[in-house]
Amino acid sequence: MSADAVSLSALRYRWPGAARACLDIADFTLAAGERLFLHGPSGSGKTTLLSLIGGVLRPEGGKLRVLGTELAALGGPRRDRFRADHIGIIFQQFNLIPYLSGADNIALPCRFSPLRAQRAGNVSAAVARLAAHLDLPAGLLARPAAELSVGQQQRVAAARALIGAPALVIADEPTSSLDAARQDAFLALLLAECTAAGASLLFVSHDLRLAGRFDRQAALTELNHAAEVEA
Amino acid sequence: MRLPLWHLTLASIRNRGLATGLTLVAIALSVALLLGVERLRNDARASFANSVSGTDLIAGARGGPVSLLLYSVFHIGDATQDVDAARVDALRRHKEVAWLVPLSLGDSHRGYRVVGTTTGFFAHVRTGDRQPLRFAAGQAFDGVFDAVVGAEVAEALGYAPGARIVLSHGAGEFSAAEHADKPFTVTGVLARTGTPIDRSVLVGLAAIEAIHLDWQGGSRIPGVEIPARFVSKFDLTPRRVTAALIGLERRTAVFRLQREINASAGEPLMAILPGVTLDELWRVVGGVERALLAVSAFVVAVGLAGLVATVVSSLSARRRELAILRALGAGPGDIFVLLMSESVLLATAGGMLGVLLLWALSAGLAPWLMARHGVQLVPRLLDQRESMWLAAVVVAAVLASLVPAWRAYRYSLADGMTVRL
Ligand SMILES: Nc1ncnc2c1ncn2[C@@H]1O[C@H](COP(=O)(O)OP(=O)(O)OP(=O)(O)O)[C@@H](O)[C@H]1O
Ligand SMILES: [Mg+2]
Repeated sequence: MSADAVSLSALRYRWPGAARACLDIADFTLAAGERLFLHGPSGSGKTTLLSLIGGVLRPEGGKLRVLGTELAALGGPRRDRFRADHIGIIFQQFNLIPYLSGADNIALPCRFSPLRAQRAGNVSAAVARLAAHLDLPAGLLARPAAELSVGQQQRVAAARALIGAPALVIADEPTSSLDAARQDAFLALLLAECTAAGASLLFVSHDLRLAGRFDRQAALTELNHAAEVEA
Repeated sequence: MRLPLWHLTLASIRNRGLATGLTLVAIALSVALLLGVERLRNDARASFANSVSGTDLIAGARGGPVSLLLYSVFHIGDATQDVDAARVDALRRHKEVAWLVPLSLGDSHRGYRVVGTTTGFFAHVRTGDRQPLRFAAGQAFDGVFDAVVGAEVAEALGYAPGARIVLSHGAGEFSAAEHADKPFTVTGVLARTGTPIDRSVLVGLAAIEAIHLDWQGGSRIPGVEIPARFVSKFDLTPRRVTAALIGLERRTAVFRLQREINASAGEPLMAILPGVTLDELWRVVGGVERALLAVSAFVVAVGLAGLVATVVSSLSARRRELAILRALGAGPGDIFVLLMSESVLLATAGGMLGVLLLWALSAGLAPWLMARHGVQLVPRLLDQRESMWLAAVVVAAVLASLVPAWRAYRYSLADGMTVRL
């Protein structure tokens, strides 16, 4: 059981003020080192589920075990600390702090987590190594993030999610703002880096064309009973 | 603190350069105004107190104590009545009186007051922290047509001992009626005192009598003209003086002597204690001062409101940024601290800029204030009282910063990882 990256059961979540539950998942597991493609239509609760797994939101009920830690039992600050230490996150777009340079953006998790800083070792060397793996020329990294192209920004975001070797990477539709060729290249890099780092990957998207490159795929609509009721 | 947030704070402030700069300027100006009002009011009080530091009593015609003080010492306003010189002379011989210096006012020289007095003025009058008067050049007047000028007069008009000057009848810069027939020679220049003495031309009482020999009331007696060389043939003993500064043998006798003078028979006289009368004056202008302070405090409040408005309006644009920070592990508390430190830092920087601005302004305006209003600004960056005001501004800034910080805190709790645009 503790070998799983994520395991949850009877998980329920309702947004404050909402009439109905947004998520009600009986059972879901992400094995350690597994690369999972989770798909669902817009509004089905994908981002909400990632927020729960990331410890930004707290479930209303049920079990939520991430990397062997029962997140539902932790207080807010401990969940924040847990997320900083163990989880890398990539969003759909506008991932970066616009006024920091690309390099500072990549190094940012090390500022929030001493553990990740320690695992990264020499932070600027780690930044350079990740940037090289993700096809980011050194000249680009010194520029403010706002001046990078969308594809470059997404690669910086991937590097930021991977720095300091977090055990779990969660990606919320990171390719949807890229064109087809860029999508493929980005996905290849991300998958390779996660494998190299031994990180589990939970990749969320509504674009089923990408599913084939993952170890496994799952549909949120099938997992989420709250959604069934709505339909 | 767990997080080196200052790096983010600084980068974020730098990112919004123009808005931040303008906010900073607004706060700096408002702080400079507030501290400036406070400084002006304290230094004005100190300067006024410095002008009467050695005088125990001032005697003059009966009337308002404040106006007697203002025209006799500060050259503000005119005496409506003078007093019998013989009465004043009698006071000098009173056993409690250590010294008495008569003052005869009413003439001017190119906008500066002419003070008819005795050489006792230079021996007894004290300024500042009871400092005696010093001559920067030359010595006291001796002959009838000798004059001593204050530091400001000498500097502004370029006078040195030996200079020839002409007095005018009445006050005012462009007095038409000149005593051109009886020119004076400057014999001495006083060292700077930071009091109205710097803006005075001092002559003997006999000189005042001499230049008015052929005058009656406010104008020349038609057909009568007495040349300067003949004045010694006349009796130049003063008949009327405007006021007298009195020093006592024992300060404890001050109230008794005051009562005695006020109650004395004959032409009504009045004696005032300069310190007490100054307090009375400050009570009168205190309301205005407080109003001014209140207005400046409001200006500071407006400056801080501008700061809060800038930070709050930037918040909706930064909601995304806050969600990213949350995803990276920042807690709602970190977001709160981030926003808080941003506005507190801005307010503090603005306050410090304001202090520097005030310092530069005080340095620049001090000579003008001294020349025009006799208020001496003590050069300083910040004194204790002003630091208290500055501290109050910073505390207000901290309280004001709670608004954007709390808002950001709420956002970061409500948004989860749903990154809004
Ligand atoms: N911050 C929020 N406050 C209240 N309700 C929210 C919030 N964020 C999302 N919801 C609601 O929760 C439901 C699921 O939203 P969520 O963002 O998880 O969907 P999603 O699957 O990620 O959609 P998309 O593919 O468009 O990103 C929606 O009905 C949405 O209205
Ligand atoms: Mg989403």
